[in-house]
Amino acid sequence: MSTPEPKDAFGAKFGMWLFLFTELILFSGLFILYAVYLAKYPKEFASAGQQLSVPFGAVNTLVLLTSSLFVAMATTSIQRGQKKLTEWLLAGTAFSAVIFMVNKYFEWSAKFHHGIYPDAPGLKELPQGEQIFYGLYFATTGLHGLHVLIGLALFLYVWGTVRSEKVHAEDYGLLENSGLYWHLVDLIWIFIFPLYYLVL
Amino acid sequence: MSTEETHKIVPYRTFITVWIGLLALTVITVLASWIDLGALNVWLALAIASVKCSLVIAWFMHLKYENRFLKLIFLITLITLAVFIGLTFVDVLYR
Repeated sequence: MSTPEPKDAFGAKFGMWLFLFTELILFSGLFILYAVYLAKYPKEFASAGQQLSVPFGAVNTLVLLTSSLFVAMATTSIQRGQKKLTEWLLAGTAFSAVIFMVNKYFEWSAKFHHGIYPDAPGLKELPQGEQIFYGLYFATTGLHGLHVLIGLALFLYVWGTVRSEKVHAEDYGLLENSGLYWHLVDLIWIFIFPLYYLVL
Repeated sequence: MSTEETHKIVPYRTFITVWIGLLALTVITVLASWIDLGALNVWLALAIASVKCSLVIAWFMHLKYENRFLKLIFLITLITLAVFIGLTFVDVLYR
């Protein structure tokens, strides 16, 4: 018989927030680059930014906001001991991550088809400001997409722990912290969508 | 350190209300981008995104219900970011 390890729910949550702060600072670096180069090349940013598809960006915004709602509701349902509902909400979150990536696949495919991808020969003919815009676009949305993929794996795992009752009403720190991570992914997109897809 | 707030169960209704607010703000930010306001478009988009972020952080991320310590370290992060952004622009704008 093994005794369960003592757990410190607040300590775990504090650690998660510290990790999220490093994530915020990581993405802020990319947003600062965006701001500096937007100030330097406003015309080039405008002409390149208008090539991005608003519908793709808008649909992915809805997908992420809704999946954030699912995770937030899952923290309530697990505390209320509604196991089945929690499983459905977590499955919904993982499914949303899949939809987001499928959307991203079509969006990037369309860009690649037009010869816009990192280090593309045609890209080097464009004005420098546009090259910088596309570089930042691929770096920022790529890093964000990687976070969505990690989130997908994470929520499949959390879904499994809820099913096997390793995570339950008395011990749901894993679900709560995974939720915090997912909300951060949503937060980053809340800034990416208007800055890259809308205002230019 | 009190962990009492940590265990507050937020009703579904609250989360759904926040979600509706976030969707409404998304529609507003798309509509606002169709009006040509010059440089103001960027600032307006940033303002709306900040409101959306506050909603997500306060309710979805539960920060509203957390203790003062977590709120304080969040504030310190925001100040750190503001210093990064501020100092960068002091350099970039006055070169």
